[in-house]
Amino acid sequence: MSAILIAGFGGQGVLFAGKQLALAGMKMDKQVSFIPSYGPEMRGGTSNCSVNIDDEPIGSPVVTRPEILLVLNLPSFEKFESKVVPGGTMIVNSSLVHVKSQRADIHAYYIPATELADQNGLSGLANVIMLGKMLKATGIFEFDYFRACLLASAPKSRPQLGEMNAKALEIGYNYEG
Amino acid sequence: MAEKLLMKGNEAIAEAAIRSGCRFFFGYPITPQTEISEYMAKNMPKVNGLCLQAESEVAAINMVLGASAAGARVLTSSSSPGVSLKSEGISYLVGSDLPCVIVNVQRGGPGLGGIQPAQSDYNQATKGLGHGDQHIIVLAPASVQEMATLTGEAFDLADIYRTPVMLLADGALGQMMEPVDFEEKPHREIPPKDWACTGHGGKRKPNIINSLYIEPNDLERTVVERYKRYALIEEKEVKYEEFLTDDAEIVVVAYGITARIVKTAVKAARAKGIKAGLFRPITLYPFPSKQLDAIADREHVKAFLSVEMNMGQMVNDIKVAINCKKHVSHFGRTGGVIPTPDEILENIEKVGGAN
Repeated sequence: MSAILIAGFGGQGVLFAGKQLALAGMKMDKQVSFIPSYGPEMRGGTSNCSVNIDDEPIGSPVVTRPEILLVLNLPSFEKFESKVVPGGTMIVNSSLVHVKSQRADIHAYYIPATELADQNGLSGLANVIMLGKMLKATGIFEFDYFRACLLASAPKSRPQLGEMNAKALEIGYNYEG
Repeated sequence: MAEKLLMKGNEAIAEAAIRSGCRFFFGYPITPQTEISEYMAKNMPKVNGLCLQAESEVAAINMVLGASAAGARVLTSSSSPGVSLKSEGISYLVGSDLPCVIVNVQRGGPGLGGIQPAQSDYNQATKGLGHGDQHIIVLAPASVQEMATLTGEAFDLADIYRTPVMLLADGALGQMMEPVDFEEKPHREIPPKDWACTGHGGKRKPNIINSLYIEPNDLERTVVERYKRYALIEEKEVKYEEFLTDDAEIVVVAYGITARIVKTAVKAARAKGIKAGLFRPITLYPFPSKQLDAIADREHVKAFLSVEMNMGQMVNDIKVAINCKKHVSHFGRTGGVIPTPDEILENIEKVGGAN
């Protein structure tokens, strides 16, 4: 069972990242659900999505107590850090979040995802870099399997998008910091 | 089994409608159901169908009446305030014995309300979706898969009983993505639409579609005939799901998105040694009254708990179904708030303690 929450600004690819996790779970014949926040929250404010990946049928699609939390900006950190279940994992985009978690009961990882994306010509792919870090930290999916899923989900007319995602995933996965 | 697709509930409804032979969609955009219009606009032309954004909800429902009168399978969709606008037209569709499928992806109300998920149109859908003596069949899906399956079923029921059928969903089901497969559903025998206004070419008597009967005895006759059909629907078309009710002492009754959250809470209650179960009506009209009553007759059943995203609109239906022979209480969140499994568990424990 994995209850995952991904949160950031609108435009940071929060929903894309969530959908990729749900797709990867579905292809492994897991029960999955994905639900985005919608409405006024999306306009310029925070955007978030809930993903459940489970062996059992999923109850509420809305993740209120994440086992895995990805935060891409400061408002999301402030809103959701306290919600992570004890023993859970939090991945923080330290390019935009300059504070650290004070909680001793969760595993927190910090990765300057936005800067890494910009330095590698992958502007806009901080989300996928975060996913790479998450795979490494949690082992939720095998790296090769998830990489293949990312490549497969790129539109056939633009396979280079898949390649860029795969590169971003690798950068996040291999980041030591 | 066909390959599964990851789809939004709204998209699954639209795709299932097209696969069910629906070739006309009339609607007006409103959150949180607009993806249905969007999907139809993109995909109807590929099957030589028509997707038309009407000038208003009122116009859309009357276009539905026209297409249905001509014998077509036709869909309209909206969300709570928009459905209220359609209610006059829905009554005319009922009075004209016209089949169609109406989707309500509910949001919080009353008034313009909010745009987050709610179930506060339960009474409107099951009791008062138009003036006059009338019912429409109301189906309540609880997953993206059921959004698809029940859409197909809705078109069949509409044609078999010559009645509008409502798919009563909510913003969460509309917006969430889950795997869905569009496998063939069981084939149902659909009667020929020999009543449709398709042009008689001078070869038969003209068909007339109408809901106006000035002579009271004539009007009474049509209403009584329609209620015979409702009796048939109540006898043959009730759908429901039971989960751990066999030995349950507390039976939670919930439908739609709420029912699946209740399942999580029921499992948690069981883990704490509380014998809880879930009864999920899938048809809200016809309400599974007999089935609930049979459960109420079981000695080990102590109480019922209705859980809804409203202020308790289903409670009376449960009380009537079981003749008040067991206690019925309610827990709900409203205004767009989705209850958490913990809150529901707390209320199951409360009911358990009180009984």
